[in-house]
Amino acid sequence: MENSVQSYLPLWACLASLVAVPLIVIFRREIFLRELVTFGAGALKFAFVLAMLPIILEGNVIDLTLVPGIDGLNVPIAFRVDGLGLLFALVASSLWILTSLYAVGYMRGLHEHSQTRFFAFFALSLCATLGVAFAGNLFTLYLFYEMLSLSTWPLVTHHQDKEARGGGRTYLSYLLGTSIAFAIPAILFTYVRSGGEVSFGPEAILSDSDLGYWPALALLLAFAFGFSKAGLMPFHSWLPGAMVAPTPVSALLHAVAVVKVGVFCIIRVVTGVFGVDLLGRLGVNGVLAWVAAFTVITSSLIALTQDNLKRRLAFSTIGQLSYIILGVALLTEHAVMGSIMHIAMHAVGKITLFFCAGAIFVACGKKYISELDGLGRRMPVTFAAFAIGAMSVTGLPPTGGLLSKLYLVWGAAEANEIALLCVFLVSTILNGAYFFPIVYRAFFKPLPEGSADTGIAEAPLACVIPLALTAAGSILLFFFPGLLFDLAGLMVNGDVANP
Amino acid sequence: MSDHYPALVLLAPLFGALVIGLFGLRDHRVCLPVVVSALGVSLFAAISLVLSVSSGGPVDYFVAGWKEPIGIGIQLRADAINTPLLVVIAIVALLAAIFSIRPAAERDSEKTPYFYVLFLLLCVGLFGITITADAFNVFVLIEVTALSSYGLVAIGQSKRGKVAAFHYLIMGTVGASFYLLGVGYLYLKLGSLNMQDIHGILASDDALADSRAIRTAFVFILVGIWTKMAFFPLHGWLPNAYSYSPSGSAAILAPLVTKVSVYVMVRMMVSVFGLDRLEANVEWGHFVVWLAIIAIAAGSTMALAQREIKKMLCCLIIAEVGYMVGGAWLGDPQRWGLTGTVYHILADALMTSCLFLAAGIFAKWLGALKLEDLSGLFRKMPLAAAGFVVGGLAIIGVPPTCGFYSKFYLIRGGIESGQWTYVVALLASSLVNAVLFFRIFEIAYFGKKPADSHGDDHGHDHESEPVVRLEPPLHALIPLLVAAALLVLLGLFNGPVVEFIRTGLIETAAVVSTGR
Repeated sequence: MENSVQSYLPLWACLASLVAVPLIVIFRREIFLRELVTFGAGALKFAFVLAMLPIILEGNVIDLTLVPGIDGLNVPIAFRVDGLGLLFALVASSLWILTSLYAVGYMRGLHEHSQTRFFAFFALSLCATLGVAFAGNLFTLYLFYEMLSLSTWPLVTHHQDKEARGGGRTYLSYLLGTSIAFAIPAILFTYVRSGGEVSFGPEAILSDSDLGYWPALALLLAFAFGFSKAGLMPFHSWLPGAMVAPTPVSALLHAVAVVKVGVFCIIRVVTGVFGVDLLGRLGVNGVLAWVAAFTVITSSLIALTQDNLKRRLAFSTIGQLSYIILGVALLTEHAVMGSIMHIAMHAVGKITLFFCAGAIFVACGKKYISELDGLGRRMPVTFAAFAIGAMSVTGLPPTGGLLSKLYLVWGAAEANEIALLCVFLVSTILNGAYFFPIVYRAFFKPLPEGSADTGIAEAPLACVIPLALTAAGSILLFFFPGLLFDLAGLMVNGDVANP
Repeated sequence: MSDHYPALVLLAPLFGALVIGLFGLRDHRVCLPVVVSALGVSLFAAISLVLSVSSGGPVDYFVAGWKEPIGIGIQLRADAINTPLLVVIAIVALLAAIFSIRPAAERDSEKTPYFYVLFLLLCVGLFGITITADAFNVFVLIEVTALSSYGLVAIGQSKRGKVAAFHYLIMGTVGASFYLLGVGYLYLKLGSLNMQDIHGILASDDALADSRAIRTAFVFILVGIWTKMAFFPLHGWLPNAYSYSPSGSAAILAPLVTKVSVYVMVRMMVSVFGLDRLEANVEWGHFVVWLAIIAIAAGSTMALAQREIKKMLCCLIIAEVGYMVGGAWLGDPQRWGLTGTVYHILADALMTSCLFLAAGIFAKWLGALKLEDLSGLFRKMPLAAAGFVVGGLAIIGVPPTCGFYSKFYLIRGGIESGQWTYVVALLASSLVNAVLFFRIFEIAYFGKKPADSHGDDHGHDHESEPVVRLEPPLHALIPLLVAAALLVLLGLFNGPVVEFIRTGLIETAAVVSTGR
């Protein structure tokens, strides 16, 4: 039985970046101070999240009600921090600091306009991300989910040109459209069916309801498609569209925060709304698993055909997100653990890849894979990091991606789903097929004729340091994954029945 | 003194109008302080009434001590359904009054005092409709409201405003006459005009209550009020009247007049005819909910077709009226639909106020009447744009604004009464609203020629360009930002507000069924 602890830490962690927003705007003329505010907020946020770690690791959960609700009338706005939420918050808040450093290098390197607006909305979207991670009930979850969609729109459309307008339109119409059309009805239906209970707790919300097969299936799919940030096909097109954003946005938001919020919500729905027992009894998880499996394979195939580096990474992200959904849909202990760990492992790996893509763009102005021939000799650090990131996302040792993938495969075997197990394996081959030609091209092909060998010409240090750190992080997570195991284990023990 | 608060709510603006009529014509500087202090007194009295209702139940007030049903005394009754609305009316009127310091004064300075006299008389009417407990007085006060509205619409310089006012006058008079006819039937059959009396008589005599005369009376009253609230297809007067009137007038007319009419409908349902009787006639409810669905669909579709900001907002009002009428007639046993309607009256008054204040600012300080005139808005007036964004998000129904919570209660009513079409209509309308507002936000964010300014390789260093800030003066900006803040506050604290309304609704409905 978990103990509930009252603490304001989740609120402070959320507010740290919210308070930064007006400060960033105030210091818009003092660029040094403005950046200092971003880093200060990042450090504070990370510190608050870290401070929650010992409490959670002792097996407690943190509860905090912000706006009290009235029984039978409405739902409070409340936080609840458990292992899953804290793991996600840790990933997001630690990577924000690195991304901020990277963003400073990237935005200055390209002389981007409206940097104040950029940093302000970045801070705001981080506040929303932690809000989702700590949400204590479905309504709070939805509140921050929408806040994240809205606060990232100015970031996606940052360039304010025609392409950005198109990408922004796709972005919002998919995210807002699905959440209004599917997620709200699903939340309200849950609310009415459960008799006004939508708070996450040790018991799943609908665990003792008498939902039939079809209503449960409809509800599960409404949630899964409604939280379309998870990029489940056919509601995935917003993610490649969002690649018009500056690369720091693609890196943190569209490889970590926004997309992981989507899968986070689906994990919450599976474990917290339905409960593993109910889904297993009704057998509706199979449909979700197959939708996810379809997404995994299809998006990997599409990724193979993309020549734009960021778009290839985006399709790879869509596939990797569905790994997580597939894992949680398998419902077995190791699969769910693998899913939760994959949130962190994929985040660190994929952010490295995006950082590299951005660094290549800053240093050489190239965004197509066919232009990368021989660049590995010019930018050795960047491409080495790219190789490590690619290994991690593919799931090769010695990188963290191996561990989560191993657990996912183990989980599939546990569930006796040999076909789905094969999906993981085939997809791994496809991952390798779309990543390693890039590395090969960069290191082993000669520079195109006519371009002078200028020696080493890396991107600015502010870009290179973060990507080296995250690449090192991918390797470290292979050797020291203990913390992630502990946090993921907290969610699984007593939550998923031991087979 | 505190015993007289129900009367004070009305009397303060009435005396204010007199004072302006007497002194304001000579010295225009008198106008604003008088208006603000009169409405301030009303706001204070309204808030006090909320407090006394929440501690001691409904407050009855007999004007001049004439007790009903002797004579034609006037009874005022403040209860949990109308006191929150009184507060909102006072707030919205105050915001509009402060906002309109300049627009009225600059264009036609000799008209300023007339504007404020009409403005205050309008407030008297609105407060009166809300607080009176007499069906005939509702008619009188509807006419007070309507006559001052016609004046407020026509007071600007635009000729189209005058035509719109005339159109409004015809439709409004027809609606008021329908209402009067209905009340006449009631008086003939029941010999009383007091709501509680009518209520008691109908509850105790089933045969009479189900008679054709009473039903006809009810239908007349309903159609009359529907005309007044611009319930589709009786909406024809609204778009022109509100979009061609001066911004100051639109800022009070658009948020309040339709909403107060919705309140009258709810009042007639709850404490004149009785919810039990209406719920016994299920097919009536289904019919009206279908009408409401059509209204929502029509309002949303028309809004999509508009190119002018104010016209678009007017079409949204028509859709929102559909939300409220539908919600009130859902007839779910727990009365979530009705609760949602009463809450939405408050929420929508504030949302519309916020949006029309913003539209007024754009028209006056940017010269922007059409959607595409708003390009570069976020750069030109970031604060006003922020207020507008909050208003837009509230209409879409993004939490934690009040628009989300009113939809939450309305949809809950729809689910519990099994009226899925209504639920779908609400959600579809939210989607349309999202399209509408993000279309505007996009124009405002991207500026006029997004493709020409820079091509594929990103723009470089726009921060060196001089930014022309055209932020409106404080007297216009502050009301907008206050309205925006209230949208969020009303959303965050929806629990206590709804609990207050809900207990009141259930008590009032219970009093009906026992026949006092």
